[in-house]
Amino acid sequence: MTHGSVTERRAASPPSPKPSNKRARPGRDAILAWGFLGPSVAVFALFLVYPLGRTVYLSMHGNDIIGQPNRFVGLSHFAEMASPEFGRILLTTLVFTLGVVVPGVVGALVVVLLLEGVLRAQRFLRGAFALPFAFSVASASVIFAVFYSPGNSVLNGVLYRMGLDQVPWLTSQEMALWSVALTTVWMNLGYGVLVLAAGVGSIPKEVNEAARIDGATGPRLAWDVTIPMLGPQLFFLIVISTINALQSFGQIHILTAGGPVGSTTTLVYSIYQDAFAYGTSDFGRASAQALVLLVVVLVCTVVQFGVIERKVHYS
Amino acid sequence: MTAPSATATADQLSRSEPVRVRRRHRHGVGHVVGRVLLYLMLAALLIPVLFPVYYVFVGTLMESRELSTFPPRLLPTGVNFENIQGALAAVPLLRMYTNSLVMAGIITVCQLVTSALAAYAFVFLRFRGSAVVFALFLSTLMVPAEATFIPNYLTLTGWGLGNTYAGLVLPFLAYAFGTFLLRQSFRQFPRELYDAARIDGMGHLRFLWTILMPLSKPALTAVGMYVFITSWNMYFWPLIITRSTEMQTLQIGLNSLKAGEAANPGLVLAGAALSVIPTLALVIFGQRFIVRGLTAGAVK
Repeated sequence: MTHGSVTERRAASPPSPKPSNKRARPGRDAILAWGFLGPSVAVFALFLVYPLGRTVYLSMHGNDIIGQPNRFVGLSHFAEMASPEFGRILLTTLVFTLGVVVPGVVGALVVVLLLEGVLRAQRFLRGAFALPFAFSVASASVIFAVFYSPGNSVLNGVLYRMGLDQVPWLTSQEMALWSVALTTVWMNLGYGVLVLAAGVGSIPKEVNEAARIDGATGPRLAWDVTIPMLGPQLFFLIVISTINALQSFGQIHILTAGGPVGSTTTLVYSIYQDAFAYGTSDFGRASAQALVLLVVVLVCTVVQFGVIERKVHYS
Repeated sequence: MTAPSATATADQLSRSEPVRVRRRHRHGVGHVVGRVLLYLMLAALLIPVLFPVYYVFVGTLMESRELSTFPPRLLPTGVNFENIQGALAAVPLLRMYTNSLVMAGIITVCQLVTSALAAYAFVFLRFRGSAVVFALFLSTLMVPAEATFIPNYLTLTGWGLGNTYAGLVLPFLAYAFGTFLLRQSFRQFPRELYDAARIDGMGHLRFLWTILMPLSKPALTAVGMYVFITSWNMYFWPLIITRSTEMQTLQIGLNSLKAGEAANPGLVLAGAALSVIPTLALVIFGQRFIVRGLTAGAVK
């Protein structure tokens, strides 16, 4: 609706003189181009570029109890980060990221390789593995909250039936982070399967046929041919999963709220706690941490672009 | 569409039958064992992956007494709708459904418009610094949204837009990923057709709206579905920018349901089941579009 009216109004405004004229004057194109880029540029300037500047400003200011900056504190928010508490937050973030990325990528790879061996119903099975992709962070988290709940834990019930010990999923400091990671791996598996399956689909048929003629089948074919050919997709998946894991928030908020005893407080969750969670808002401290997050994510992305650039040049 | 593909599958099935038999003879017992192992491994992976999908719907239809037994039942004994009614009574889920639809709908439509206009400028209009501006556009993708939430929260509440639809959608009305994907698609458009339209005196906007957009439907659908699903699933931003239950989105409602009804897992599962139906439908029926959108960065 908005779509139609905006476009039509704009469409009516530029008069259309002789077409030959229009093509001869590049200056006209430039004005029009900036008009077309305008809406995007405005959104980016207001809600992305300006906020980054303001985050830097806030990170160097102390604030009153409702978060209004009231004094310049220089880099002291960053200096405070050299503490065991912040070290623990970074370590939790790192362990969580590894606990999500490694099983997630390996799991998706195993699924896709196994599916390659399936003659029939391959698309159907791939679709079945992709179903968790439909679940939002919140819906997946509340379902797993039911699975983990101490009262009538569905997972503990399954373990009980199998004659195994009960697991204190969310109540033990050692276990909680892994339980949140497991939920995240489940949510992300569908995406990984779709990405890698698209990669397998793009492997030229001749490559597989040549390998088969050479006698490679099953695991040999997968190990020697398919996995090396999937290099770019695997790399892409690792980087995207890492960035997503670093930004995980909803599952922690819903399942553990950062606990027990801070054992699931990651960087993003710590930003939320400092800025929004309690009655007080320490926007200065939270902004300093937001800058750390920004740098970590930037490094991951730059590494990705760097490697992909190299690949493009070599091929 | 269903009918021809169904016959095709039947055709393939009947044709592939003798092939399969011949193969089995050729590879002997080892081959059969390999196949059995393969399917066993697939089943061992598929069951835990599908179990939550199964349980959220089955648990929704169970009675609370069935849900609270230990070990919990995995098969329902009957169908009852008390959980759905209970969930709708505990939290204004329908209102939240509407909020999520309005939010995701506005974001999707606006992102399609802003992305299509920007992509058009990059592909069809010549201007100085085009390459640099495009690189700057792409660089916005590197910024994690969480790093902008504090200033955006301050800006929007400062404008009095906290707890409003405008506050929910404004920061997300443009996103460079859509521009990137649509640029790829627009570049495939035959140059001769563009030149012909221009020589005929067609303005840029008319060309974009009446010719380019209709011909780019697959790419627009891919971008639209991707944007709709990601904004429907947003959690952090709606959590901080909304205050009243009337303005909260479905995802935040699920957390309220879980926090308030911890003793009643049936209601939580019912809420989750209701919330997941639209995206589940999109994933099942629109998978090829979603794959296009998701994997655009991964496959050259």
